[in-house]
Amino acid sequence: MTKQAVPKLKLSPFTRLALLAVAVILACTLFLTWNVKASWAFTLEFRGQKLISMVLVGIFIAIATLLFQTISQNKILTPSIMGFDALYMLIQSVLIVLIGASGYSILNEYTKWAIEITIMTSMMLLLSKFLFRGSAQSIQLLILSGVVLGICLSSINGLVFRMMDPSQSVVAQDAFFASFSSPSIALVQLSYLLLAATFVYLFRYHHQLDVLLLGEQTAHSLGINYARLTQHLLILIAILVGMSTALVGPITFLGLLVVHLAYQLAGSYKHKILLPFAALLGVLVLVLGEFILQHLVSFNTRLSIVIECVGGLVFLALVIKQAKS
Amino acid sequence: MTKTYLYWALVFVGLIITSLLLGSITLDSASFDWQLLSQTRIPRTIAIVLSGMSLSVAGVIMQMLANNKFVEPTTTGTVEWAILGMLLLLIFYPQASLTVKLSVSVLFSILGAMSFLLLIKKLHTRSIIMVPLVGIIYAGVIGAVVNFIAYQQDLMQFVWVWIQGDFSMILQGRYELLWFAGLLTCLAYFIADRFTIIGLGKNVATNLGLNYGYVFAIGITLVASVAGITVVIAGVLPFLGLIVPNIISLYYGDNLRRSIPLIACMGAMLALVCDILARILVHPFEIPVGVIMGVVGSAIFLGLLLRQTRHD
Amino acid sequence: MIEFKNVALSYGQKQVLKDINLTLADTGLTSIIGPNGSGKSSCLSLMSRLQKASAGEVLLDNSPIQQIPANQLAKKLSILRQDNHTNARIQVKDLITFGRYPYHQGRPSAEDLKIVEQCIEYVDLQAVQDRFIDQLSGGQRQRVFIAMVLAQDTQTILLDEPLNNLDIKHSVSIMKQLRQACDELNKQVVVVLHDINFAAHYSDTIIALKNGELVANGSPTDIMQDSVLSHIYDMPITVTNIQGKPTCLFYS
Repeated sequence: MTKQAVPKLKLSPFTRLALLAVAVILACTLFLTWNVKASWAFTLEFRGQKLISMVLVGIFIAIATLLFQTISQNKILTPSIMGFDALYMLIQSVLIVLIGASGYSILNEYTKWAIEITIMTSMMLLLSKFLFRGSAQSIQLLILSGVVLGICLSSINGLVFRMMDPSQSVVAQDAFFASFSSPSIALVQLSYLLLAATFVYLFRYHHQLDVLLLGEQTAHSLGINYARLTQHLLILIAILVGMSTALVGPITFLGLLVVHLAYQLAGSYKHKILLPFAALLGVLVLVLGEFILQHLVSFNTRLSIVIECVGGLVFLALVIKQAKS
Repeated sequence: MTKTYLYWALVFVGLIITSLLLGSITLDSASFDWQLLSQTRIPRTIAIVLSGMSLSVAGVIMQMLANNKFVEPTTTGTVEWAILGMLLLLIFYPQASLTVKLSVSVLFSILGAMSFLLLIKKLHTRSIIMVPLVGIIYAGVIGAVVNFIAYQQDLMQFVWVWIQGDFSMILQGRYELLWFAGLLTCLAYFIADRFTIIGLGKNVATNLGLNYGYVFAIGITLVASVAGITVVIAGVLPFLGLIVPNIISLYYGDNLRRSIPLIACMGAMLALVCDILARILVHPFEIPVGVIMGVVGSAIFLGLLLRQTRHD
Repeated sequence: MIEFKNVALSYGQKQVLKDINLTLADTGLTSIIGPNGSGKSSCLSLMSRLQKASAGEVLLDNSPIQQIPANQLAKKLSILRQDNHTNARIQVKDLITFGRYPYHQGRPSAEDLKIVEQCIEYVDLQAVQDRFIDQLSGGQRQRVFIAMVLAQDTQTILLDEPLNNLDIKHSVSIMKQLRQACDELNKQVVVVLHDINFAAHYSDTIIALKNGELVANGSPTDIMQDSVLSHIYDMPITVTNIQGKPTCLFYS
């Protein structure tokens, strides 16, 4: 069978990136200004808050997934399966049980965040300390252990939840189901901080990531401290995923979807291009998806649930495609 | 050797008696209530024993079919498919009888088990870790579809409550189909050798004159039927089929002719222990046994994984 | 007797075997040699019905091999592939007992167990017979699988690179035992071998494949010629007589 030659647009990666950026700006504008019925000030503030959390989550998840796939050298995995959301929820439950429902409600946002991030990072450190032997294969084991640990934690969370008194369980339920609409100011500020730190770190080390793609041994022989770099990246991933969970709750397959679109469309394997490309795509998918769901189709559903389904299908397609090659 | 068996048999009997006596109403010689015993306690205990046995054995058979020690119906999407089937049934044919429910559940489980095994065949990986990972993600995918439909139909709460493994609602007349799962477990024992040979790989099986496809189909049907039946009657009991065969395998190996009886007994005992815990932890209330099993099971699974690393 | 009639095998576009015609005698040791990717293993898989030919026919005792009932065939012909990868933990003795499965269908008789014991002795594994196979070294495991095939006690035994993972001592002993099986029990053994000298020393017949085609078929003395071997492997090979046996030197 001969394939008909399709004339392909030859665009340089930078042009593609610029085009994508324009698309993102358009989508955001559309999202903010489409069909405004109430007063402009109110609508913009309301939608603006939502937009901010979507932008942050889109970037965090996309970058975390891309980094995760690079270090695990596996294109069908995502860090979101590793049980960070379970840990996040368990932390909330334990806090509620320890300091009571009222104590939890008045807990300082920054303190809470500090506790969450400390625990999540320590979990990642512990896991990698025990399981990571500095080889690519042990990363798979690390991931599976993370997944199982996540299931364990969410079961424990279920157990704790059942043992709470009614007032506590109401507060807990509220804490479990965060949504796009209500990020607290403290959380958003911290997110900006994280965004800046991630940017600086990746700007410095993105070329090392390209070398990681060649495999562990080659990376070693090219003079990269594989174990240390990987460990740093794992911690960064843990913080990114933890942050996005704190912002909007668990989303498993968004990263998979976005990163694969990025591989297809970015036109480059270099992280210099891939990272911003994936981040922008993450934003675009969320904003455009929310826009379409809200204004164009009258579908009684939540964006996160749709993304889970589509991302899940992407996963299946990937496994099957991998088999063919 | 015989002494160890005897010791364990005593533990088994002790657990059964505990399970019979335990509950919100205390049973003792002064207030002996035969009706309570026969209508709730005995059915409940039988249901636990049968589910524990059949799920553990279903787990080991699935491991042989997948040639991987870290899979079982609840971690590979089989159970999620069953839930999907039940959800669709609830939406389109809510007045379905128990028999119809069971058939649908089993049918969807078969689809689930088959699709997972096909998926890992396609995956072409020897990595002992990738297969369970893909299984868990696959289960997540099907779970996402279930959530999507349930959210549309406003049935999220229902699905949440319903999938949690729980024996507290077991009454006389509502668990008897579990005997069928028990029967399937016996059948598995009778053709245990075939499953062991399947576990040695397709080439070896073909070389020994085994009809690979045929035995594979029997295996899938068996696993899926057990999964489908227990989901409908008791809900999801996670990890039982994973940890029990692995622990038995550590000491007695994977010759199923020898290990299936041990797996069945240990599965029943573990289920009993979890159910007893579920009843005493927040007495006089109950925690769904699925929650306890999730904690115990995943913790042991984690231990098995860590052990694996020290091996390599 | 195994016969190939115009047999071809292809995966999609890629032709692995092209128009092979071949008749193997009822008894004796036949080696299949050839460079990497020449189709040796595929050839063996076709002989053993693990794979189906894309064209042509493979006959065993004059009937098409795919049509012989599986259980009957398992008593006539056995195969050991290269990749005997299993994650199952099974004791050595149990595994070899499964080699008797075509006869006992899960209920081994005293006679079956006796044969199993002989096979364990044959491959020198008495010391580890109660261990699990995942506790063995690669070489020991290879011998377990060879014993399993021997226990199957078939007229035809096919082995795909049985000397993989084996040291010189065990390689020689396995080849000697296969030779013995041919001489004393009138078996037919077909092995894929990489080591030409092993093939030359122990075989009655050598078959050479190259790029999916049959390029030579004859006795070791026919094959062990400078010109023949150089053609097969596309490199200069010199055959020398060492202690009356043709031996080839390829370290130039």
